[in-house]
Amino acid sequence: MEYKDYYKLMGVERDAGQDEIKRAYRKLARKYHPDVSKEPDAEQRFKELGEAYEVLKDPEKRTAYDQLGSGWQSGQDFRPPPDWEDGFDFRGGGFTGGDASDFSDFFESLFGRGFQRGGGARGGFNRRGEDSFVRIMIDLEDAYNGATRGVTLRSSEADAQGRPQPQERSLNIRIPKGVKQGQHIRLAKQGNPGIGEAPPGDLYLEVEFRPHPFYRVEGKDLFLDLPIAPWEAALGATVKAPTPSGVVDLKIPQGSGAGRKMRLKGRGIPAKEPGDIYVVLDLVLPPADTEQAKALYQRMHDELNFNPRARLGV
Amino acid sequence: MKQKTPSCLTGYVLEDQEPLSLADLCRACMVHAEQVIELVDEGVIEPIGRDNPAHWRFHGANLRRMRVALNLQRDLGVNVAGVALALDLLDEMEELRNRLQAHHW
Repeated sequence: MEYKDYYKLMGVERDAGQDEIKRAYRKLARKYHPDVSKEPDAEQRFKELGEAYEVLKDPEKRTAYDQLGSGWQSGQDFRPPPDWEDGFDFRGGGFTGGDASDFSDFFESLFGRGFQRGGGARGGFNRRGEDSFVRIMIDLEDAYNGATRGVTLRSSEADAQGRPQPQERSLNIRIPKGVKQGQHIRLAKQGNPGIGEAPPGDLYLEVEFRPHPFYRVEGKDLFLDLPIAPWEAALGATVKAPTPSGVVDLKIPQGSGAGRKMRLKGRGIPAKEPGDIYVVLDLVLPPADTEQAKALYQRMHDELNFNPRARLGV
Repeated sequence: MKQKTPSCLTGYVLEDQEPLSLADLCRACMVHAEQVIELVDEGVIEPIGRDNPAHWRFHGANLRRMRVALNLQRDLGVNVAGVALALDLLDEMEELRNRLQAHHW
């Protein structure tokens, strides 16, 4: 397994005081909290941070960790020394942190797993399993057409001795047509297992759309910036516009300006009352990279009496 | 690691169903009613029907807000007023990012 440098993870020196460690943790926790941060690896960083703090905030665990010495590098292959744990008692208690089931093998080999919540099925009582929440990334097109997507769930289940064991489960899930960003797909009884005779909890999949190269989603409506040539805007034209349900013809009225918003009714995310697509006109100038193009611009300059800055009084 | 065989499952969209009761929210988030009431009092989540908590119904969109609120409280030690402020700011940032994305290409 890989050695973890908890001091490096928290960005503190090995001789940092407990107050300093606490401040470093608070600051990094705010930065990498998965509900706040947009860093791509925020969730992973937040878990590692939690693990590092679990060790460094507890003087006993920190002392033990320090005894491994400072000669280790992050990621280096690691085995605990044979006399490890002599004089320490980590098992059962002293753990105050969040979800310990995500801690690394390195952490487990040093401090054990005996502390996890959830417990076993001993004692013969029944309790419904916990609901679990997982984020699922889908494409905008999936919301238009429906789709089947695979998700992998990680959880821990108690073995015969009541010790939690990590487990992976793959599910294929139908994405219902018309689902929107931030909504939840609820799957009854697919959450964490119940205790004793009780049923499992439910599984909630929180839907998130992958960013689309040209549509922007707001609820059930879509926004599309549609590039338009100056003569199409000036003279009016019928142009092609993409939509997730196919290409449509769009009539640009004569004299349209940049930023003009046009609505394609009912072309948004499908539903009983479907959303709309708002097309925002984006004027694109042809490049003046040929003699002919330059001549045309020159002619406009010579023949049109046009001051684009008239409104600014110059 | 044990692997279970894949199966194809059909769920339903929570937000399209009947609104959630106070008990539904408590169950989904594994909290006591007091914690939900605290978040309602601070305006973090909003019930339909303002009088008696027993008659409260919550639109499904509240579930996400509620979960983020509880995560922030637990992980960062933010109090309820702080959570309300953070959620409003997060919403605003989301909207701004969304608008920014539209002008990226």
